[in-house]
Amino acid sequence: MVGVYGNDFTAPDETAPRPATGDEPETFRALLEGEGRVEPRDDLPDAYRRTLVRQIAQHAHSEIIGMQPEGNWISRAPSLRRKAILMAKVQDEAGHGLYLYAAAETLGVDRADLLDQLHSGRQKYSSIFNYPTLTWADVGAIGWLVDGAAIVNQVPLCRCSYGPYARAMIRVCKEESFHQRQGFEILHTLSHGTPAQKAMAQDAVDRYWWPSLMMFGPPDDDSPNSAQSMAWGIKRFSNDDLRQRFVDMTVPQAEALGLTLPDPEIRWNDERGHYDFGEVDFTELFEVIKGNGPCNAERMAHRVRAHEDGAWVREAANAYADKQAARAGADVA
Amino acid sequence: MTDSHAGYVLGLADDALISAQRMGWWISRAPQLEEDVALANIGLDQLGQARTLLAHAGALEGDGRSEDDLAYLRDERDFRNVKLVERPQTDFAVTMARLLVFATWQAELYAALAGSTDATLAGVAGKAVKEVAYHVDHARQWVLRLGDGTDESHRRMQAAVDAEWPFVEELFRPVDPALVAAGVAADPTVLRAAVLRRVGQVLDEATLSVPDVAPAVAGGRDGLHTEHLGFLLAEMQHLTRSHPEASW
Ligand SMILES: [Fe+2]
Ligand SMILES: [Fe+2]
Repeated sequence: MVGVYGNDFTAPDETAPRPATGDEPETFRALLEGEGRVEPRDDLPDAYRRTLVRQIAQHAHSEIIGMQPEGNWISRAPSLRRKAILMAKVQDEAGHGLYLYAAAETLGVDRADLLDQLHSGRQKYSSIFNYPTLTWADVGAIGWLVDGAAIVNQVPLCRCSYGPYARAMIRVCKEESFHQRQGFEILHTLSHGTPAQKAMAQDAVDRYWWPSLMMFGPPDDDSPNSAQSMAWGIKRFSNDDLRQRFVDMTVPQAEALGLTLPDPEIRWNDERGHYDFGEVDFTELFEVIKGNGPCNAERMAHRVRAHEDGAWVREAANAYADKQAARAGADVA
Repeated sequence: MTDSHAGYVLGLADDALISAQRMGWWISRAPQLEEDVALANIGLDQLGQARTLLAHAGALEGDGRSEDDLAYLRDERDFRNVKLVERPQTDFAVTMARLLVFATWQAELYAALAGSTDATLAGVAGKAVKEVAYHVDHARQWVLRLGDGTDESHRRMQAAVDAEWPFVEELFRPVDPALVAAGVAADPTVLRAAVLRRVGQVLDEATLSVPDVAPAVAGGRDGLHTEHLGFLLAEMQHLTRSHPEASW
């Protein structure tokens, strides 16, 4: 399965629904070949629709679960300016969730059903959010590395074949690049601060580096559904290409921060015109995907609790809206 | 400029700061995604007001304390906020009952202070008036939905109003008459009438009743708080205080 926030949603021994091929309406194929945008009113093949729903939903779920690790530091942010920036960032992530659920709804599903699938574990979210934020520097590392990786994954989606998704991604990417800069700035301040602050920054980067590389998903040989998504114009670059792009972008930034990346094999390769880097240990990723990460249970419990605690509020809002409609009807009659 | 002038501004700043700190808890815990966004917005507005007011209080005080010095390096007994805003608010009905009262009070307060002879205070108030109008409206919409929604929501909304009501009166405690006479501060008795009338109208429309309860013992403005404030500050201040040499 091709994911997005990361491409990391499915372990190799899990079966993602394989999209059926063939039977694609002529108009749809013509749109794709002309690099045109597919819109909700167009005749879409079922498999394309199902793949998109799944991908957009998982992306939306990642945005809202992603509110938790950073939300964890809102009450403890070390200055009022940082607190304000962090509150606004976590709020943006809620906004991203809203845009994406709305994009999914154009495909004929509804947000409430998608949330139920998240809560019951039938749909997933990016594994990166199953890592804990143990120090303030983790907020910086998430902004710099996790939002950074998300941007690399998501910028190509601004040209995705499905119009509503592509348009949502344009708005999201703009905000993610703010987040990335803010994260960089947090780490820059720490790494130029006291020795304790610098150590905090280095520790956070050490812990978040490899999980960030895993956000691009398994190596291309292990990513069986990528080819179909490429053919559909949902995916534009392979997992390994995007991972390389992220490494190339990040290594010089780490130097600017005065922090090291925890990979002794990173070095510039003149021949390739890219940075070489060490092999990612995907056994860890697959463990996290299967539910054995450090915070899987907490993230789900938090989300389910918020949803269940809010049920009476949503019911009241519906009941009130019904009463208002009935009153308006009575007025007209 | 007097101590009571700085103290007055500090009280308003602390109200906004502590309220923002409580509001921040909701982000990722709201009943629906739109509400995560809305409560974050409200918390951000309050935090913005707090920052300008803290900076102003620091300037009036004249000891060179910054907004962060005042927020992070004062102890519980030195905080000047009303008790209304400091107690936990992990129940949505409580949050809306409190926001209705607090934002309506801020709306009346800032409208009056927009004409303050303290030009900085007048500037902050003039800007904040628009922000809190939205907070009042947001709280009002929810109090109506919950009060006039289901039996359960009606019961929970009334219970929340009952729980908050003893803390309302502290908002209207007298301030230094010299500050009111000098046109710096707003007259609490004038605010009281307007706030109670507006809140009463919303409760009435929401089929809720105005509780008939004795006010809780006031004291927040003198630094006499509930036991909850210490925990809130411990959490808020811990990191900053652990690194006294650091800037962030
Ligand atoms: Fe996002
Ligand atoms: Fe982000």
